[in-house]
Amino acid sequence: MDAAIEVADLRKTYRGRRTGEIRAVDGVSFRVERGEFFGILGPNGAGKTTTLEIVEGLRKPDSGTVRLLGRSPWPHSPELTGRVGVQLQASAFFEFLTAREQIETFAELYGAAKGRAAEMLDLVGLAEHANVRCEKLSGGQQQRLSIACTLVGDPELVFLDEPTAALDPQARRNLWDLMRAINAEGRTVVLTTHYMEEAEALCDRVAIMDSGKIRAVDSPAGFVRGLDAPTRVTVAAGQLTDERVKELAAGEHVAEGPNAIVFETRDPRKLLTALASDGALEGLAVRTANLEDVFLHVTGREWRE
Amino acid sequence: MSLGAVREPRQARSKAYVSLVKALGRGWLRDRSQVFFTVLLPLMFMVLLASVFGSTGDSASRVLAVGEVPVLDDADPEDFTVTAVADLDEAMLMLREGDADAAVVQEGDTVRIYPSPTSQTSGSIAAGNLSALVDNVNVEVLSAAAPGAPVLEAEVEEADGGGLRAIQYLAPGILAWGVAISGVFGAAGTIVDWKRDKLLRRLRLTPASVKTFLGAKVSVNLLVAVGQTVVFLAVAALGFGLELSGWSWFAVPLVLLGTLAFLAIGVVIGGIAQTSPGAAGLSNLVTMPMAFVSGAFWPLALSPTWVQWISYLSPMRYLNEALQSVVVYGSPPVTVLPQLGFLAAFAAIVAVVAWKTFKFDEL
Ligand SMILES: Nc1ncnc2c1ncn2[C@@H]1O[C@H](COP(=O)(O)OP(=O)(O)O)[C@@H](O)[C@H]1O
Ligand SMILES: [Mg+2]
Repeated sequence: MDAAIEVADLRKTYRGRRTGEIRAVDGVSFRVERGEFFGILGPNGAGKTTTLEIVEGLRKPDSGTVRLLGRSPWPHSPELTGRVGVQLQASAFFEFLTAREQIETFAELYGAAKGRAAEMLDLVGLAEHANVRCEKLSGGQQQRLSIACTLVGDPELVFLDEPTAALDPQARRNLWDLMRAINAEGRTVVLTTHYMEEAEALCDRVAIMDSGKIRAVDSPAGFVRGLDAPTRVTVAAGQLTDERVKELAAGEHVAEGPNAIVFETRDPRKLLTALASDGALEGLAVRTANLEDVFLHVTGREWRE
Repeated sequence: MSLGAVREPRQARSKAYVSLVKALGRGWLRDRSQVFFTVLLPLMFMVLLASVFGSTGDSASRVLAVGEVPVLDDADPEDFTVTAVADLDEAMLMLREGDADAAVVQEGDTVRIYPSPTSQTSGSIAAGNLSALVDNVNVEVLSAAAPGAPVLEAEVEEADGGGLRAIQYLAPGILAWGVAISGVFGAAGTIVDWKRDKLLRRLRLTPASVKTFLGAKVSVNLLVAVGQTVVFLAVAALGFGLELSGWSWFAVPLVLLGTLAFLAIGVVIGGIAQTSPGAAGLSNLVTMPMAFVSGAFWPLALSPTWVQWISYLSPMRYLNEALQSVVVYGSPPVTVLPQLGFLAAFAAIVAVVAWKTFKFDEL
């Protein structure tokens, strides 16, 4: 069976009168297997949306090829669009329609069965708000309605472009559950995000994108393993003698500040046991390497949200 | 996971078309500002203009008799309200203030008529009525002088020139204007909305084609124009005494063709503008001059020559003329073929310009 997505050497340059040339996508290649939860992680302006729009068939690349479920997304064909669900970065709704009318219209466009619209409203938890006009829904509700419209055609492949941006933490967690469920049903999901923890929590594999290029692709755990980065253990200052600190550091890096001591260790278990037996656990914080460190390592730049 | 079988394309397309028309039509009906602009604003204009241009509908022309004016002695009070004034200066002052429609001076056999300069429509109507009155008096004088001698008597048709009441003249123009603004503003606003909310983008990714969607959008606009025309003519006829000719139904194809031309203009504007206020401003910039030079609000004959020349470029001129011919004068549709031809050519040319200049990437 073909891969869900195969992208080879995509390039796209925007030419603006004022902005000059912007290489939004600069030689991007990746492959997404069927059933995978694939993430594109990168800061704002990295080129995630442009990449997605090219893959979806909304934009033509300057060069490069895209295969979507084994075929080209261009020119549009109803056979292909019927199998792909897309949520754009901005929710796009028919004006002045209620949530139900909205999703019923999309259901009809996808030729979905009549009951499917109500089912999807239920799935995204909007059944009670079915008769509310779209513009009156909250940001999170609009995102969920938009996802419901994406799913109403029963797609095999789902694109979600920063669905959780601008949502409060609770709404974001709810959406995470929904996205996991979508993937668990067997659908391939491609998610873009600029939240590290979101990519870590959801994705099977993550592509780290910066300045129009994909810098690395791996699973979140694989990335962290590959970093071989030390765990940082922080405790409040004043609990340990200088000598004891040196002893515990065992030759590895340690930073002593006026308020805190930060150990970097490859053997956090041993260090923590020793700290516990010393009774020096006040102000304890343990931080293992995460995608933020991976980003720094991969791009040579500090992560900024 | 069920993968719905791909339906027969034709059937799927017409289903998609119907649901899009439904969705867009519903949205339109719920948009109060749209309803206001297309239905209420033209009606408000009709009320306003009908009163500004003199309530000449059923009421009499207000005439100032300067000194002795024997010809007015026979005037039917249903046609003329006569006020006596001392001299011409006073009469002119009153005309300028809009207190009367015309002033009349009689010196022996000469009857001089001064139509109102402020309210030109009611002024020219009053002048026409006065001329008719003078003619009648002449006929009577002649008959009295030579009883039995045959006199030529002109039968002036109600809807022709002198007897044309304000509403007969104004209604087609206001309707043409109403159709023009809802077409231009509607299309321009929609395009700018699409740039903002990316609805068209989203729909491009459904199995329904962009053509189906655009077709549905245009259909809704055409339906709106027909509804607008029917409501407007009904209110004009029932509320303002507009007399509809037997050919009035032909207003529908005229308005449909006009709407296509105005939608095309709106698409060009929507392609240029980036924000809703920008689109509205540009639409105003285009529709206002188009309306002023179209003869919709006052007769082109009373306008300067250069305005008359520019008017040939205004699609509103042709829609207005054609509507006036079939709805008011009752001319058969063949007589407005030139206007139809121009509207069609205009729509086609602007549509091509819109298509060529449009940056689909922005949607
Ligand atoms: N339509 C456009 N015209 C010109 N420049 C654009 C356009 N869309 C995006 N860009 C620019 O291209 C770069 C990548 O943008 P985008 O793909 O939206 O990134 P992301 O989704 O990762 O935030 C940015 O510098 C952005 O300003
Ligand atoms: Mg983006």
